[in-house]
Amino acid sequence: MADATETEEPVVVDEARSALLEAITADLGDALVGSHLLPGKDLWIRVSSESWGSTASYLRSKQQFRFFNFLSAIDWLPSPFGRSHGSSVDVALGNEDEAEVETTLGSGYAGGETRFQVLARVHSLTTNMGITVKADFPEDSLSVGTWINDYPGANWHEREAAEMFGVHFAGHPNLTALYLPSAFEGHPLRKDFPLLSRMVKPWPGIVDVEAMPEIEQSATADSSASTENPES
Amino acid sequence: MTAISDRRQLAYIAAQAADARVNIELEAEGMTLNIGPQHPATHGTLRIVARLDGEQVVEANPIMGYMHRGYEKLAEVRTYPQVTALINRIDWLGSFANEVPFILASEQLMGIEAPERAQHIRTILFEMARIANVTLFLGDMGVQLGAVTPIFYAFRDREHILNQIESATGGRFHPNFDRIGGLKDDLPAGWIDETKRSLKEIRKFCDQMEDLIIGNEIFQARTRNIGVIPADIALSYGMSGANLRASGVDWDLRRDSPVGLAYDKVDWKVWTHTDGDSFARYWVRLQETRESCKIVEQLLDTIPSGPIMAKVPRIIKVPAGEAFIETENPLGVMGYYVVSQGGLEPFRVKIRSASFSNMSISPWLLKGAYVPDVITILASLYFILGDIDR
Amino acid sequence: MMLAWIWSDWPWTLDTVVRLIFAIVVVLLPAGVTVYLYLFKMVSFMQSRLGPMEAGPYGSMQLLAEVGKNLQKEDIFPAKADRTIFALAPYVVLMSTFLLAVVIPFGPQATFVNLDTGVFFALAVSSVSVVGVIMAGWASASKYSLLGGLRAAGQLIAYELPLILAVVGVVIQAGTLNLQGIVTAQTQGEIFGFGGLGHPFILTQFIGFFIFLVAVQAELTQVPFDMPIAESELVSGYMTEYSGFRFLMFFIAEFATANIFAFLGATLFLGGWQVPPFVHDLLGVDANWQYFNLIGPGVMLFKMLVLTFVVYWVRFTFPRFREDQLQKFAWKFLIPLSLVNIAITGVLKVAFS
Repeated sequence: MADATETEEPVVVDEARSALLEAITADLGDALVGSHLLPGKDLWIRVSSESWGSTASYLRSKQQFRFFNFLSAIDWLPSPFGRSHGSSVDVALGNEDEAEVETTLGSGYAGGETRFQVLARVHSLTTNMGITVKADFPEDSLSVGTWINDYPGANWHEREAAEMFGVHFAGHPNLTALYLPSAFEGHPLRKDFPLLSRMVKPWPGIVDVEAMPEIEQSATADSSASTENPES
Repeated sequence: MTAISDRRQLAYIAAQAADARVNIELEAEGMTLNIGPQHPATHGTLRIVARLDGEQVVEANPIMGYMHRGYEKLAEVRTYPQVTALINRIDWLGSFANEVPFILASEQLMGIEAPERAQHIRTILFEMARIANVTLFLGDMGVQLGAVTPIFYAFRDREHILNQIESATGGRFHPNFDRIGGLKDDLPAGWIDETKRSLKEIRKFCDQMEDLIIGNEIFQARTRNIGVIPADIALSYGMSGANLRASGVDWDLRRDSPVGLAYDKVDWKVWTHTDGDSFARYWVRLQETRESCKIVEQLLDTIPSGPIMAKVPRIIKVPAGEAFIETENPLGVMGYYVVSQGGLEPFRVKIRSASFSNMSISPWLLKGAYVPDVITILASLYFILGDIDR
Repeated sequence: MMLAWIWSDWPWTLDTVVRLIFAIVVVLLPAGVTVYLYLFKMVSFMQSRLGPMEAGPYGSMQLLAEVGKNLQKEDIFPAKADRTIFALAPYVVLMSTFLLAVVIPFGPQATFVNLDTGVFFALAVSSVSVVGVIMAGWASASKYSLLGGLRAAGQLIAYELPLILAVVGVVIQAGTLNLQGIVTAQTQGEIFGFGGLGHPFILTQFIGFFIFLVAVQAELTQVPFDMPIAESELVSGYMTEYSGFRFLMFFIAEFATANIFAFLGATLFLGGWQVPPFVHDLLGVDANWQYFNLIGPGVMLFKMLVLTFVVYWVRFTFPRFREDQLQKFAWKFLIPLSLVNIAITGVLKVAFS
């Protein structure tokens, strides 16, 4: 996964972010279980579930990441309902492989082992660099530590993540529903939570893709969409 | 069990219980004032449950979700170009600005870059969305404090900008104009001169607001030292945009990381204010509107020629990866964390909206304020419900 | 009362009926005029919009449409409201307006009642509306109404004082509490020996006039003193729960009271129904010419429109004070200033007489 996105100039060396990563690696030690660096663009690190809470105070006090950007979670389970665009039209466009349901658990940059991952992003104003921090939710408890003691702004973000993914942040004083009515059942952003309107009426396929001006002149002169290679 | 009479009885018992609870609170710990969800000061359906001691707020607890539309879930079943139609509705006053970070994140994942001309026009429209958005704030702050007239001036002069956005994109409020790899269309003929004229109106409007509102002693008495946010607390709550700069933090993503936009090609200035109060937030926004005019005027003169669309496949499939792009939107820092697994639709889109973080400071900030100051503080924080609830 | 003056041998019942009809005309007609002229049109032009344009030529029938709309609406009582008091409150507020109108003179004989203590009476009944506002605020069983009612009570009482003290200077100069006497004093007065303009007290009592205008603005709960209504925080203050006809009564009371206060201000500071004395010489009549009973109301209407213009101009220009700020403004600025004004007036009165 890590090398899936090639930068346009692979030779770019990002000294600032490399140095930052080295410092974090040295300080966190075993707590750091993964990292990913896109030179000139961004930095991801993954810490162990137990050290999630202490990572916040480390980043805030030691590395001067004062600005709290956001906190959320990801459900890496492939959707049990298949890809939404696996309709006949899309298959005709050369997407046959997309129609089948995947079962393997995915993982993003900096890796991951469990289904749920928490991710948060903080920003340093002194170096003008942001960093995305991830951690796995343990499969049994789905619980990591809270960040609100170091970043009080994480309060609402953790409440949102908790209600949307059904995860738990230990130490949060008021982990009640933020958006959803209190009687709501289920956790909407989990991949196995069906989007009912799509279940009732399946997606008709990509029928409203318009021709791009450049391609219009060259490729679509024969006006046959199916002959076109989407990966051109 | 499901007979109507039963349900009615249940509702009655619930209402009685709720009344009893409120009455107990009223006796024991002062009065509970329910501001919203339908209230003139909440720009929509925010609800704030405030416990009062006299007119002083002891505890304020914002409750939202009355307008939650679940864009993060909906985005997972839409193709990348379709998502922009949704996210237009997040901050509905400056819609174009919502599209840009998502498009930029998608472009970063695909490893393409829009042509220079597209980037220029994007920046112009981005700033015009900011002007359209903030203009309304400049008038609305007056209404919240009791001066009715400025909002009409704001509506009048915002119209000039909306007309220009409409003639370029076809949509007054929801342009849906940005595409992965460029823009939907080029600018129409004569648009540049027309826009320059409308910017002059906005500059006039800014001068007017400076006379009418900033120069008003009652306004100053109502806003100075009201809702003071120290810089460090603002940062740890994730406040951004003009709210943060009003607290003295010199940080503007337009200057500090102008990814995919043409801000580095123009001469402009980031305004900050050291007070961190409601007045400072108003003042900073006013100066920023002028700065936006300056940026657009310079960009209009230097639009490079060339294509407005990069070579993009007809069916957009985004390679697997993750990208987070944030831009300095009218309300503050807005970012999209896009996770792709190589399909037609994003695997996960986390929308980091500015108002959500800006408002999360409100329980801290409203504690101890008087009821009239609650309105001042909420107005000066400038949230848009669609941006909180998404 | 001009007609009563012409046929003074009417039975008292008929006389009373005529006076009542004219009282209603005096309260409602100028209210309609100012609401259309100022609230609908002038303000619209200030705010660069057109205002009502559809009902009648240039929207001039808009007020009738509004009244018709409000009369059709359901008269809603909140579930837990104290129904009797809730229903009575608008009448009390409107009563204050009518009582205030009673003592205003519109001509040499055209008065409803010519009280010797007219100024005293007017200022006394103007605070009756506070009772109505508190009744409305409390009986609505709504927290917004309650807050609005309490704010209104505090504010109206605070600004009653500068209102009275501002008028004291005029009373000292005129030497009478009778409003008709105050008008005569202004007509007969001279400025440095020149009597062509008479002596409208605005020239010497400009501090009192300023305090009077500010206090009137506060008594009317208009911006910048509209904390009790404060539509962006208390929705509509003590009027929040009212609808239909009862809301209409509050609405009428609000704007009619503005006019009556403007009438009062015109009488106290601008020479009342009298035209400047040089006009007397021009026409070759004396100050109590009987046709002034017909001209007087027109003069008053004109002066009232000038003063009401200021009220609305201020209303749509300023933001509002916070509750504590407006109390401070009354107690720490207006009242000391008016006391100083009274002292200076007294000293000068003794020195020049």
